[in-house]
Amino acid sequence: MRYIPLTQTEREEMLAVLGLESVEELFAEIPREMVLTDDLPLPDALSEAELIEHFRQLAAKNKDLTSVVSFMGAGAYDHLIPSAISHLVGREFLTAYTPYQAEISQGVLQTIFEYQTLIAELTGMEASNASMYDGATALAEAALMSCAVTRRDKVVLPATLHPEWREVVDLYLGSQAVEIIDLPIDTATGTLDLSGVGDIPWEEVACAVVQQPNFFGNLEQIEPVRDLVKEAKGLFVMAVDPISLGLLKSPGELGADIVVGDGQSLGNAMAFGGPSFGFFATSGRNLIRRMPGRIAGQTVDTEGRRGFVLTLQAREQHIRREKATSNICTNQALNALTASIYLSLLGKQGFLDVGRQCLQKAHYFKNRLLEIDGLSAPFSAPSFREFVIEGDVDWNGINEKLLEQGFLGGLPLDRFGYPNWVLFSVTEARTKEEMDRFTNLLRGLIT
Amino acid sequence: MSEKLLFTKEHEWVLVKGDVVRVGITDYAQEELGDVVYVDLPEVGDRVEEGEGFVVVESVKAVADVYAPVSGEVISVNEELDESPELVNESPFDRGWIAEIKVEGVAQTGDLMSKQEYEEFLKGV
Amino acid sequence: MTAKQVVPLIFERSSPGRRGYRLPDLDVPEVAVEELIPAEFLREEPPELPEVSELDVVRHYTQLSRLNYAIDVGFYPLGSCTMKYNPRVHEDLASMPGFANLHPYQPEESVQGALQLMYELGEYLAAISGLSETTLQPAAGAHGELTGLMVIKAYHEYQGEGHRNEIIVPDSAHGTNPATTAMVGYKVVEVPSDERGGVNVEELRKLVGPNTAGLMLTNPNTLGLFDENITEIAKIVHDVGGLLYYDGANANAILGIVRPGDMGFDVVHYNLHKTFSTPHGGGGPGAGPIVVSKELAPFLPEPVVRKDGDRYYFHKPEHTIGRMKSFYGHFLVCLRAYAYIRSHGPSGLREVSETAVLHANYMMRRLQEAYELPYDRICMHEFVLSGVRQKEMGVKTLDIAKRLLDYGYHAPTVYFPLNVDEAIMIEPTETESKATLDEFIEVMLTIAREAEENPELVLNAPSKTPVTRLDESRAARQPVLRWQKEA
Repeated sequence: MRYIPLTQTEREEMLAVLGLESVEELFAEIPREMVLTDDLPLPDALSEAELIEHFRQLAAKNKDLTSVVSFMGAGAYDHLIPSAISHLVGREFLTAYTPYQAEISQGVLQTIFEYQTLIAELTGMEASNASMYDGATALAEAALMSCAVTRRDKVVLPATLHPEWREVVDLYLGSQAVEIIDLPIDTATGTLDLSGVGDIPWEEVACAVVQQPNFFGNLEQIEPVRDLVKEAKGLFVMAVDPISLGLLKSPGELGADIVVGDGQSLGNAMAFGGPSFGFFATSGRNLIRRMPGRIAGQTVDTEGRRGFVLTLQAREQHIRREKATSNICTNQALNALTASIYLSLLGKQGFLDVGRQCLQKAHYFKNRLLEIDGLSAPFSAPSFREFVIEGDVDWNGINEKLLEQGFLGGLPLDRFGYPNWVLFSVTEARTKEEMDRFTNLLRGLIT
Repeated sequence: MSEKLLFTKEHEWVLVKGDVVRVGITDYAQEELGDVVYVDLPEVGDRVEEGEGFVVVESVKAVADVYAPVSGEVISVNEELDESPELVNESPFDRGWIAEIKVEGVAQTGDLMSKQEYEEFLKGV
Repeated sequence: MTAKQVVPLIFERSSPGRRGYRLPDLDVPEVAVEELIPAEFLREEPPELPEVSELDVVRHYTQLSRLNYAIDVGFYPLGSCTMKYNPRVHEDLASMPGFANLHPYQPEESVQGALQLMYELGEYLAAISGLSETTLQPAAGAHGELTGLMVIKAYHEYQGEGHRNEIIVPDSAHGTNPATTAMVGYKVVEVPSDERGGVNVEELRKLVGPNTAGLMLTNPNTLGLFDENITEIAKIVHDVGGLLYYDGANANAILGIVRPGDMGFDVVHYNLHKTFSTPHGGGGPGAGPIVVSKELAPFLPEPVVRKDGDRYYFHKPEHTIGRMKSFYGHFLVCLRAYAYIRSHGPSGLREVSETAVLHANYMMRRLQEAYELPYDRICMHEFVLSGVRQKEMGVKTLDIAKRLLDYGYHAPTVYFPLNVDEAIMIEPTETESKATLDEFIEVMLTIAREAEENPELVLNAPSKTPVTRLDESRAARQPVLRWQKEA
């Protein structure tokens, strides 16, 4: 085999040391009746050249966004990705493991420390962990942590949360019998309907969650929910879009206790949905010590030099076992590293510019689409880089036709139970020419 | 009022002063744990049941529950440990004390060991 | 790795006004931001991101990368982590735009190649495990465990057996097993090991009952030993209506040799980053797909990929537990595992396990002269030594681990499993040459001699690494978790 360097002579030398005749004898302890006698039913081995050809053929069955112009978002975004990133993450970060031996893992540990600083800076929080699987699981963990910290078992969730995130949170909370209280949507504004918040038993609520901007791209008035939950000594959790954090008030400024989000848009490929990473930040000593996941901290070595280690490990499963704050072991180190490199390359001004361009282009595109007869904007709230358009047409059928013309249209929200609504996303990667061309095509398809 | 120092099999010491017991971990326990980095203290006013884990002592690589030796109400905690958890290592029987529990009635301490009994017990560990 | 040096933080390289990346100019008419978003929503102080050039960034991360140990740098005998070579062609395949540049909500017709890959990988894992249907959604091994236990829980509830609330976990288990059990609201029941390192069958018999939801087990177990009583164990658990969960952490020992399904397991997770050679990335991303029996398949998370003629499509299982994460899992990690399986084929995978097991036994026998071997029997892909002889001389396992760093190796897994004193867990993997194994053996023997003759050398290790031992107590007592601009 290509990756097994053992020669026949060496195999015999090793067997001789063991006093064995054949490798089969090493498996003598496995009950005979369960040992396989036939080959596994798998295709035969491919050479590297054959493998590459096979993958080319598979890739050819996909229409990727290198040749298709995308206006789809809803949790995965087509941002510009600087070239330097892939070259750097492919170095001696790629095949390192979790930094168990700190003395020979300072690169990984320092990048985690820098990542934590960047996330803390973006979110306005005191501390971040080393990252989670994705935004949805980070939110689920935030809700569970809130229950553990407050010793309460009710969680308030917004209807304007990404529906897949909601499903994930439902599943995590459901298995611990946590009760979920819904905040409904006001379909006039496209934000939360807060008229019923007075009826919520806030003193039993572990946390209230708000997504900002929400799933529909709209900006929520977070203050009423925040004030109610915090007055009753529950926690206020925000799920945020990191790209918006150059422009929008930081969750820290707004009084969030825990902040989570998905980091795909920070330099990571869309990758058909994964891997990306989730970020998780909080403030205050008590909450920091209850965070799930890995955390790197600064210290010194025996000669007084600055160095970094994994710290606050008594929270984690390998020490606390069934009393751990979570069962999570890994972080999404390479994806978090990607985000750090991305944020470093973009820098203070560049990151602001990305947010501004998303906002300006989304605004321009929305107005262009609204020029089309039959389309309208259902919501009045301000939005950031995503917005919903309403139209009583066959959006899925239209999208198929658009795809033939090289466009991936907005996401029809009928899949989440909202017929006639389409969610469009515009990033800095889109050009005026693309938006104009798309508008004309869509007009032709609708009228 | 007379004081009485007793020990548990979980390597806690218990100083009984009438209906108040002060709790800490023994020298042996702190040695086993290594550098203590955090003590998760209960809140004053918490009710605890005998045998319930009511404090968590964390070291870099280990964690230990401290079990309530009696049932009662937490009336005081050693807040100094918040800033200086190393006191548990440096002075386990004195400045490293953890919490005080007020017992309803008289503390039932029949199951606890005397200093001599604990030293015997340690030989068998 | 380079000599001792402290690399400044990226923030310490910052200089006001410097730029590292240029965006295209804005090509739509600009509107004042306040007209689009009311001022009350806007941030006054922008986040303090570094202001550095592209070259600053490239040098910074290149310098940091050189402080890391990695499989690409040298032998990585980290037990239970299966640090095998990660083929470079996989990186090329994963970066092909036809996979990396797909939106997860594209119409199914436009991603048939991706769906085919997911479907076929699911089929391959089902074949390798001897079970029925796969979900690729779990993001990591621990996430696979969580998914598996949720599926088991949903199954019991559907059967009207919702009262079952206990999961039996061996005392040698990885910490994730009990942590996961607690996360799904189940109670952990610990079963002790017997004198041969396997599950104590008599104790198990006493622990099972009407509340048993299942048993979590790795086989080979965390001692690297195959549990010969597995048929009996499976019967005991199944007889009381419980299910068996296979933690696939140690699957590198059994590919094409024995299937968890044939051992009696109902759910399996695979760590694709271990057994199927996807890079660990300094801690992630990995992937932890699970494969389940036919009875459990209707409870899998949504969506799974199905095939109808030549067409692949997403399907929502009839009694699905719901969703474990956004979208479909770590697609690009799964893609690499798919490539690995296609490069090996059935005989190649068998050779992987045969070689991994041969390597481990060879090393175990050669190291036995200098280190205590608590379970003296054939091992599988890894083995556990104990540093108790050295401890008597005042040298702990941790010191041995640190001394290995001076010799240019990564240390084995230490102090795990918990039921072995001063544990040293070594997993050589199949991709290392005999020469590498021999060199490492010599170094381990040398360190054992040093512990006897010159313990200071070992106790003061490491001295040749970029930093020496770090003060972990200080890090935990006064946590500094982020850089702060000096006031």
